[in-house]
Amino acid sequence: MAALLAMKARAVALAIGTIAAAASLALPGAAVAQQKGAAAGKGEQFFPVLVYRTGAYGPNGTPWANGYVDYLKLINAQGGINGVKITYEECETAYDTARSVECYERLKSRPNAAVFQPLSTGATFAITDKAPTDKIPIITAGYGRSESVEGEVFPWNFPLGGTYWTAADVLVQHLGKQNGGLDKLKGKKIALIYHDSPYGREPIPLLTERSKLHGFQLTTIPVTHPGVEQKAAWLQIRQQRPDYVILWGWGVMNSTAIREAVATGFPRDKMYGGWWSGAEPDVLPVGADAKGYNAMAFQHGAGRAKVHEDILKLLHAKGQGTGPADEVGQVLYTRGLISAMFAVEGVRQAQLRYGVRPLTGEEVRYGLENLNIDQKRIDALGLTGVIRPLATNCRDHEGSRYARVHTWDGSKWNFSSDWFESDDQIIKPMIKDFAARYAAEKKITRRSCEAEIAAAQKAAPAAAPAKAAAPAAKK
Amino acid sequence: MLYRENGQFKTSYTEDQQILPIVQDRWFMLALLGVAYLALPALASDYMYRALIIPFLILAIAAIGLNILVGYCGQISLGTAAFMSIGAYAAYNLVVRVPMLNFLVVLVLAGAIAALVGVLFGIPSLRIKGLYLAVATLAAQFFVDWVFARVKWFTNYSASGSVSTAPIEIFGWVVDSPLEKYLFVLTIAIVLTVAAKNLVRGHIGRSWMAMRDMDVAAEVIGIRPLYAKLTAFAVSSFYAGVAGALWGFVYLGAWEPLAFNINMSLNLLFMIIIGGMGSLLGAYFGAAFIVLLPILLNQIPGMLGIPISTALASHLELMIFGSLIVFFLIAEPHGLARLWAIGKEKLRLWPFPH
Repeated sequence: MAALLAMKARAVALAIGTIAAAASLALPGAAVAQQKGAAAGKGEQFFPVLVYRTGAYGPNGTPWANGYVDYLKLINAQGGINGVKITYEECETAYDTARSVECYERLKSRPNAAVFQPLSTGATFAITDKAPTDKIPIITAGYGRSESVEGEVFPWNFPLGGTYWTAADVLVQHLGKQNGGLDKLKGKKIALIYHDSPYGREPIPLLTERSKLHGFQLTTIPVTHPGVEQKAAWLQIRQQRPDYVILWGWGVMNSTAIREAVATGFPRDKMYGGWWSGAEPDVLPVGADAKGYNAMAFQHGAGRAKVHEDILKLLHAKGQGTGPADEVGQVLYTRGLISAMFAVEGVRQAQLRYGVRPLTGEEVRYGLENLNIDQKRIDALGLTGVIRPLATNCRDHEGSRYARVHTWDGSKWNFSSDWFESDDQIIKPMIKDFAARYAAEKKITRRSCEAEIAAAQKAAPAAAPAKAAAPAAKK
Repeated sequence: MLYRENGQFKTSYTEDQQILPIVQDRWFMLALLGVAYLALPALASDYMYRALIIPFLILAIAAIGLNILVGYCGQISLGTAAFMSIGAYAAYNLVVRVPMLNFLVVLVLAGAIAALVGVLFGIPSLRIKGLYLAVATLAAQFFVDWVFARVKWFTNYSASGSVSTAPIEIFGWVVDSPLEKYLFVLTIAIVLTVAAKNLVRGHIGRSWMAMRDMDVAAEVIGIRPLYAKLTAFAVSSFYAGVAGALWGFVYLGAWEPLAFNINMSLNLLFMIIIGGMGSLLGAYFGAAFIVLLPILLNQIPGMLGIPISTALASHLELMIFGSLIVFFLIAEPHGLARLWAIGKEKLRLWPFPH
């Protein structure tokens, strides 16, 4: 009897195995069919959305994803990009590089896929490698490779609005100002607690450079993924008693670090986070003890501008919002929103040249490289006071190097500094150096920007009828 | 009816010893190769190559390596990903520092370096056994992770600790399109599989299996444990090293030490447990199960047009995947390869089972 049952179980297992095998063979066919279905509604611009709503980094990935998707929905609710509707599809990466690559491969071949935003530095490194062959741009707003500002070597990467080096540089400037001048940093001890991944290691070259320049003593303390175990790191802090702690974490690592600071008795107002360590999910779990904690703000902080009100009115009021309504206006939500805005503006800019229709990734790349979001445009977007003007060109894929600091008062984030601009004298040579190394390693021939910039300047008046008057008058 | 060896008589030892003694199996294998080399390139999309087939083939190579160690020689290892990363970083350093080397040579050297380190970490296996050895190999995992994250020389002083690879070139052939990459990996997988098959059915393989089944008895009949265990470690790490180099150069293109973390080791161990210990076919089945099934599960809701949130889809994926693992282990503890064998057995009697 038992043997008979076992036989049956085997037969069932065999049958399921066969079905699974058949299904996995059928998969590509089905996937292709689905893609064609999506393409049938042509005339739509496709936005692949790489997100992580699960895993150790889910609490931080989710608000970003909600902001990103909400902005795309808002554009659709307002009639699309000059009438071109947006379609999008999410793909869950769980902040895993291999999974991100799979998502990228899955979504990149959809018709009119505009641009990728992986929200992971590790994934950015892997995708950067593939983008030139696939001809699709990557926006890494506030993360990614810092040297990818150099458009001559990285034509497809756009670290719009600031890189890790910008963030770290501004942070040092702010600390200098707190002490009454950068020269006063001499002899100070600064500890960097960082996520032990490409993300966490990115700011180190800049901080090292600055420490040599101003004579402060930099200690770097790595924390292994996912960052819930930091006792050893904070023991070091307790022994060394640094004047400042810079926190370069992500996900649950941030709140853990602030908790450890409380346990160690390190003053929170001497603690400064990078701009991925300064959002609500990082401080709320700690409660009242997080009061006084500072972090960089990536241009924007928390709070609602007109665009948020539009989203609440047009989406959340109708039950079409992506996340909970009170998330609208949180730091990471707004970061996602702005990232989506960059992508949409890139498409808009490219439409000026290629016409109002769904564009390919290659065409969108042109738009991103010639972005010009001036104050008037910012006001029109409903982002007044949230970001600063940003303009890119062939050489500069960053567009703006401003940031400020905000402080958690126990219930909300408040700005606690003016705008700082990162110091090009320090960063530019580093970017040159690192980009040259990358080009040598990958055997990339640098493209020349002279012709491109000249062409862009020539094309601009013709493409933008509103602006055409001024140059024409000069002639 | 179709699958029956009646009337196939072997008249020489060579015929009796061939890898596929039954005519139908040989035809099946030819057909499989035909599909792999001719039909797939005609049908598959870039997505299939780059996201499904290439990772599947590379991890199958690593799983074969691990299977040699665990399934054939009985030495449990939790450090396969460490040996993969040694292969990957060795290949990276060879390409960066000795640029005139052919990539095939780089692959072999990367495997050889991994094998050397594998032997080093295999030495404790002479004294410790079973789970204790697993813990010792775990040390390899953490040690190697640490070395590549901390010793800058290995990453060519890359600031972020992430390395990116140059394009692969073999005798002037630049392997860059997905199809070329697929054919390249496929050929290497086939060569390595055939080599492994011949190893495990030769005298080395027999000594491994003797060690696995009972080391004292094996020693009594004249098998040197030192030689048997260390060759198993060497061969296993060689395979892992080659797979690691391919994973870095062909699949990822740029990686950090995290790409070869403990999860990868555990996944590889699951592959051979689910696929079938001591079976090369099992390594392929296991790799397919672990690589393809989650991606398939993740896409099913979308394919059926069920609108569920991304988070729910990935939670469902984990739940179903986990329960399928449990189900297969209960239904057939010897793995998918055993199911395959049972299927073949049944087919021989079909349609008249007695």
